[in-house]
Amino acid sequence: MLRTTNLHATVADKPILNGVSLTVPAGEVHAIMGPNGSGKSTLAYVLAGRPGYEVSEGGATFEGRDLLAMEPHERAAAGLFLGFQYPVEIPGISYLQFLRESLNSQRRARGQDELSAADFIKVAREQAKLLEMDSEMLKRPVNVGFSGGEKKRAEMVQMGILAPRFAVLDETDSGLDIDALRIVGEGINRIMRAPDKGVLLITHYERLLEHVRPDRVHVLQAGRITRSGDIELARDLEREGYTEAAA
Amino acid sequence: MTAPFPTRKQEEWRYADLDALQPVWERFSEPMTVIVGAGEELEEVWLPVAEDVQVRRVSLALGEGAKARLFMLNTAPVYGRIELEVTLAQGADFELFGANIGTALSTNEIVTKVKHVGIGGRSRQTVRSVLNGKAVGSYLGKVEVARGAQQTDAEQSVKAMLLDRGATANCKPELEIFADDVKCAHGATVGELDAMQLFYAESRGLDPASARALLLEGFVMGLWDGAKDGDAIREAAREALRSVV
Repeated sequence: MLRTTNLHATVADKPILNGVSLTVPAGEVHAIMGPNGSGKSTLAYVLAGRPGYEVSEGGATFEGRDLLAMEPHERAAAGLFLGFQYPVEIPGISYLQFLRESLNSQRRARGQDELSAADFIKVAREQAKLLEMDSEMLKRPVNVGFSGGEKKRAEMVQMGILAPRFAVLDETDSGLDIDALRIVGEGINRIMRAPDKGVLLITHYERLLEHVRPDRVHVLQAGRITRSGDIELARDLEREGYTEAAA
Repeated sequence: MTAPFPTRKQEEWRYADLDALQPVWERFSEPMTVIVGAGEELEEVWLPVAEDVQVRRVSLALGEGAKARLFMLNTAPVYGRIELEVTLAQGADFELFGANIGTALSTNEIVTKVKHVGIGGRSRQTVRSVLNGKAVGSYLGKVEVARGAQQTDAEQSVKAMLLDRGATANCKPELEIFADDVKCAHGATVGELDAMQLFYAESRGLDPASARALLLEGFVMGLWDGAKDGDAIREAAREALRSVV
């Protein structure tokens, strides 16, 4: 479903990814673990198309289409979702307005009818409830005044509303307490565990993986994948650290 | 008695459209006085009116521990001026959230003089301008901290967005401080939408033009997030933005 081939990328002329080859088939959840500065977030941004993240070599496809030739909003309309490590605040725009315009923009691009305000609010309320978020929060400006954990939970509500085919989740577990971690983990399973969907889960810690249970675990170090395995690899890493486990 | 007509040599009238002001000067030559007594609170929303030239000149006195919060939208088709002189007694708190939204050949300006005369006063001024065509939008804001007005905490945040090459933004925060234990911050930017906000919006599926329009709306609408009764000013600002974007 998602495939990167020998992906190299630079940020401000500095090489960060040095040949990432990765295939996530439909129906699977893959985790990427790795120490700080190994290129995890860069990989996420490159896949979503953040300006300034230049691909210097290699490529990436999404369901057979050249991902790198698409604009960020085209990737979203194609069904790609990025859960941000640091969700962005947008004062003056309510979550409801932001997500309704986003969803309808995606639907227009796919040739689908727009959702009416009433239908949209129904969907939004339902998703907020499933993630145990007070739906009143959706009336507030995007992420303004949200705690770190609330922002991450709101990212998952967005994912539930936008219903993507593939999600790249960049450290969605950071800043969450144990209860929130379980709720977010269940949310990921509910929204994304399906035969025609896929997830790339970027994380530092093994704890979220106990909730989401990835099919494969990859270790990213110095911009390339150095090891792949099953969830046992994540447990080894948790126990021994990256240096030991990778050796 | 009408006060003498201003000239452009006066700093606070430097960017004014005096030709537009002349015919209506008699009505506005004296500022209106508003007093908020000790410990009292005032929250007001100043909406635009249906006139080519819109002038509001207010002298606001805040007593000890008084609070005032003003929300204002300045979007006259020819000339809009909101002029405010505020005096803060001990522990008084003043907040201003203002927008200049200008199109065509209009001039809109917010001109303030905030005088901290007592200890521990706090003032916050946030002004956003969105301008297209050959519109001019200005903020001239002077903060004076009197001798003895220690622990004053004053902030000015001014940002402008120019949508056409011919548009002009003037941002002039000014400080005059005669006390040594004060906090006075000011920041002014003219220019671009936030790149990270744009990417965030696009990553959710908004095309670049829609993302820009939405962020521009947020740039202004964020001013009214704290208003108790902000529906009217929100609607007026949305309408003004539609004619500019």
